[in-house]
Amino acid sequence: MSRFGNLGARLYKGEVSYDFIGKAKTWYAVSAVLLLLSLGALVLSGLDFGIEFQGGAVFIADAPGGTVAQARDAVLGAGVDAIGEATVTKLGGDSIRVETLALDLPESTVVREALADALGIAPDEVQRQLVGPSWGGEITDKALTGLAVFIVLVSIYLAMTFEWKMALAAIVALVHDVTITAGIYALVGFEVTPATVVGLLTILGYSLYDTVVVFDKVRENTRNILGSNRWTFAQAANLAVNQTLVRSINTSIVALLPVLGLLVGGVFLVGAGALNDLALVLLVGMAVGAYSSIFIATPLLVQLKEREPAVRAQKARVEARQALVSPAAGATVTGRELPGAAGAAPVISRTRNVVPVGQRQQPKKVSRERRTTPPPKKRP
Amino acid sequence: MAAPPPTASHPGRTLTIFMLVVVALGGLMFALDSTPTPNLGLDLEGGTSITLTATPTDGGEVTSEALQTAVEIIRSRVDGAGVAESEVTTQGSTTIVVAVPGVSPDALVELVGTTAELRFRQVLAAGPGFAIPTPPPVTGSPDPSASPGATTGATTAPATTDPGTSLDPSSAPAALGGHRGSSVQSGIAGLAGLANGTTTSPATTSPAATTPATTAPTGSDSPSPTTSATTPSPADDPTGEAAAVAAYAEIDCTDPANLQGGNSDDPAKALATCDAAGGTKYLLAPATVLGTDVTDAFAGLPQTGVGDWQVNLEFNGDGADSFGAMTQELVVAPPPTNQFAIVLDGLVQSAPRVINAILDGRAQITGDFTQSEASELANVLKYGALPLRFETSDVTDVTATLGRDSLRAGLIAGLIGLALVLVYATVYYRALGSVIVGSLGIAALITYIAVVLLSEWIGFTLTLAGIAGLIVAIGITADSFIIYFERIRDEIREGRTLRAAIEHGWLRARRTIIAADVVSLLSSVVLYIVSIGNVRGFAFALGLSTAVDLVVVFLFTKPLMTWFGKRQFFGEGSRWSGLSGDRLGGRNRPGGTPGPSSTRAARLARTAEEA
Repeated sequence: MSRFGNLGARLYKGEVSYDFIGKAKTWYAVSAVLLLLSLGALVLSGLDFGIEFQGGAVFIADAPGGTVAQARDAVLGAGVDAIGEATVTKLGGDSIRVETLALDLPESTVVREALADALGIAPDEVQRQLVGPSWGGEITDKALTGLAVFIVLVSIYLAMTFEWKMALAAIVALVHDVTITAGIYALVGFEVTPATVVGLLTILGYSLYDTVVVFDKVRENTRNILGSNRWTFAQAANLAVNQTLVRSINTSIVALLPVLGLLVGGVFLVGAGALNDLALVLLVGMAVGAYSSIFIATPLLVQLKEREPAVRAQKARVEARQALVSPAAGATVTGRELPGAAGAAPVISRTRNVVPVGQRQQPKKVSRERRTTPPPKKRP
Repeated sequence: MAAPPPTASHPGRTLTIFMLVVVALGGLMFALDSTPTPNLGLDLEGGTSITLTATPTDGGEVTSEALQTAVEIIRSRVDGAGVAESEVTTQGSTTIVVAVPGVSPDALVELVGTTAELRFRQVLAAGPGFAIPTPPPVTGSPDPSASPGATTGATTAPATTDPGTSLDPSSAPAALGGHRGSSVQSGIAGLAGLANGTTTSPATTSPAATTPATTAPTGSDSPSPTTSATTPSPADDPTGEAAAVAAYAEIDCTDPANLQGGNSDDPAKALATCDAAGGTKYLLAPATVLGTDVTDAFAGLPQTGVGDWQVNLEFNGDGADSFGAMTQELVVAPPPTNQFAIVLDGLVQSAPRVINAILDGRAQITGDFTQSEASELANVLKYGALPLRFETSDVTDVTATLGRDSLRAGLIAGLIGLALVLVYATVYYRALGSVIVGSLGIAALITYIAVVLLSEWIGFTLTLAGIAGLIVAIGITADSFIIYFERIRDEIREGRTLRAAIEHGWLRARRTIIAADVVSLLSSVVLYIVSIGNVRGFAFALGLSTAVDLVVVFLFTKPLMTWFGKRQFFGEGSRWSGLSGDRLGGRNRPGGTPGPSSTRAARLARTAEEA
C-alpha cells in the first residue's frame, strides 16, 4: 500500500503523470466502439425484460425436499389453462421459483394450492406475485420522467456552481455511462427488473458525483489560468485528473466493496432477487462511471474550453513559452518518472521532452538572451 | 495560510455537543419505543402488497383530490375487513399501494380494487347507528301494500311543481338545506318516527310507496323503479326493500365491518347502510341519480357573500331531469323522507334535506359547513362524477419466512460491505482508518436512529430496496472521508505541517464534499418525488444517508481530525499514522517549517493551484 501512497504523492507533484487529456482521441475511440457495440446490442438483441415488464405470475416456495420436476408437474397439472408454460428454477437455499404467464387472482390461488400440495407445505408458505402487464412500464416511465427532471436540475446546479461547459461534459459522460451499462445488459443478456432500473438511476447520481469531484479539482487548478503563462488549460486539467487519481481509485474501490457485499448476499443467501439485480447493475455502472469521469468528461471539458478564443490564445502563449524553456528542462526530470509514464507527462505532443511540472519553469531561471532568441534547431 | 475555521479552536467542544445530540436522539428513540426497530416493509416481514393503478372511467385526468378520496375509500374498506396495521398510501400521481400484513385472502384483494361509485338515494328512514331488535322487519314488508295513500300524496307533489318553479327566479340555483350535521338531527327525528313506526310505520317509512312515485314523473330514467312499479308483489322484492328493511333493523354502525363500503351498493336496490362516520344508519331507496351524472362540484361562498361555505353541484341533462324529479318529490315529503343521501361506495357521506325542487341541474348544498367540510363533500361529489377505475398492477404475497430470509441477507450484505470498506480503509489509511471506522460507525448509528424515528413519525418503512440504498450509501459516505484525507495528504505534500494541512485541506475538501453530496441529494429527492414502487424506498434511503454523511463529516470527522492533529501520534507523523510526511513524499515536522527536500515539489504544486 505504501507504494500506492508514494504513487499518490508523485502523481500529486506531477513527477508521475499520465496523459489523460492528450490521448483524448484514444479514449474517445474506445468509448465510441463501446457505445456502438452497446447500441448495436440494444437494437439487435434488445434487453431481456423480467416479468415485471410483461406481466405474469411468480411463485416462490421454500420447500427443502421439493424438486423442480415436482413443482413443474404440479403447476402444469393444476388445470389452469392460462399458464401456458412454466419456467421452474431452483434458487439458492431450498427455494423453488415458478414463473408463468399472467394469471388472474382465482387462477393464481389454484396454482398456489397445487404447488403447495405437491411440495408438502401450506399454501400460505408459497410466495406469490402477480404483475399486471403495464406495471414495469409504469415504473420505467416514472423513472424516465425522474431522469429528465434530474438532468435538468443537475445541469442547472452544475452550471451555477461550475460553468455550463462542465455541466455539458458531465451530462455527456452520464449518457455515456447509462448507454454502455444498458448495452452490457443487452450483450450479456442479464434480465432487466425494476431493481435494475433502480440501480441504473443510482449510477446516474454516482457518475455525476465522481465527475463533480474531478471537476472541482480542475476548477481549482485552472482558476485564473488565463492570466498565467505557466500551463495551458489542458495541462492544468490533466494535472487535476492525476491529482485526483488516487482518490478516484480509492473511491471506486470503496464504493464497489459494499456492492460486492450485496452481490454476495444476494447470490448466496436469497437466490435471485432484488438485491442481486441491483448489485449487478451497480457493479457494471460504477465501473463505467469511474472510467468516464476520467477519460471522457475531463477531455471533453478541455475540448469545450479550448474553443474559447481566450483559452486558445493562452494555450499558444504557454506552448511557445514551454518550447523556449525546453532545452533547459528536458533531460533532468524524466529520470524520476516511472518507466511506464516516461514521456507521458507533456500534454503537448510537439514538445515531448518538456515536462511542464517537476522542475521549475519560471522564466526568470532562463537568461534573458535565451528567452528572446530561441535555438532554431528546436523549432521544426 | 488561510485562517483556520472556528471549529479548529474547539474541536473537543463540537465533538461533545455532537455526541450529546446523538445520545439525546438515541434516548428519544428509546423513549418512543423500548425495543427500537424500524418498521419493516412487507418484503422483509411478510404480507401482501397490492399495487393499484388508477384510470378515470371517462379517460380524463387523475386528479390528486380524486386519488386522495380513493385512498380514503380503500382505507375504510381495508379497515372494515378487520386487517390490523394495514397501510394505504399513494405513490406518484396515479398509484395506490395497499400493504396488508400477513397473507391476505383473495376476497380482500378483489375488494380493494373495485370501483367506488356515487349514488343519490332518497332517505326512507334514519336512526342512530346501532341495531334495534324491534319489529321493523315485520312492519317493513306490509309497507308497500299498506301505503297507497302515501303514494298518491307523493305523486301529486311533482304534479304541482309550483314551489320549485316559483322559487327558482328568486334564488336562481335553488337551495338544498342540511348536511351531515343537520342530517344527524333529522336522524334523531327519524328515530322518533321509527319509534312510532311500530304504530305509524306506514306513514313515515313507506319505501315502496315513494319509489314508484319517483319514477312516475321522471319516466324511464332508470329501469329499476319501473320494474318495481310493474311488479308490486312484495314477495319478489325486486328492489330489495324487504331485505333492506330487515337489514336496516339489524345493522350496527359501530361494527367496523359495516363501514367497509365496497360493492354492496346495487343502484337498483334499496339499501340499508351507515354514514361514513358510523353514527347514523339509513334506509335508502334505490338510486335515483347516479354520480356519473354529476358534471361538477365545488365548494364556495354564496354569491351574495353572506353566509357559510356551501357546495355547488351541477348535473348533466339526464342528471338534471332525474335530480329535478327527485327533489320535486322530496320537497313535499314528510321528514326524514324529504332528505336524500349522497352515497359513496355504499356509505352515506351526507344527507341534505330538500328545500326547493331543483329543475335546472344546478344545486347548492348549504349548512354550517366549514371550508374544509365543504371541500371534502365537493371532492366526494367530483370523485363520483369521474370515479377512478383501478387496475391491479401488482399483487405480491411474501411469506414471513422469505421475508426474514431477505432481511437477513440484506443485513449480512450490509455487514460484509461495511467490513470490506473498513478493512480497506485501515490497510490503506492505517491509523487514519480508525477515523473512518469511527465516522462510519457514527453514521450508521445516526442512520439507524433516524430510520426508527422516521418510522414513528412519518410511518417510514424499511424495504429491501431501502436496505440496498443504505448499503450503497456506505461507499458515498466513506468517499467523503477519502476526499478529505487525500486533501490533507496533498497539503502535507506541499510541505504544510499536519495541523495546517488538516485545517487547510478541510477548506478545500468541504467544497468538494458539498458539491458532490448536493448532486447525490438532488438525485434522491427527484427520484423520491417522481417515482413509484421500489425506487422510492431506495431513493429515500440514499437521500437519508447522504444527509447523515454531511452531518457526520462536518460535526464529527472534521473536529475529530483537528483534535487528533493536536495529539502526538498524528502530529508527529508517526509511521503508522497514515499521515507520515516521509511516506507521503512531503515532510511534516511538528510545528516546523517545510523540510528542504519537499520545497521544490511543494512550490510547484502550490503554483499549480495558485496559477
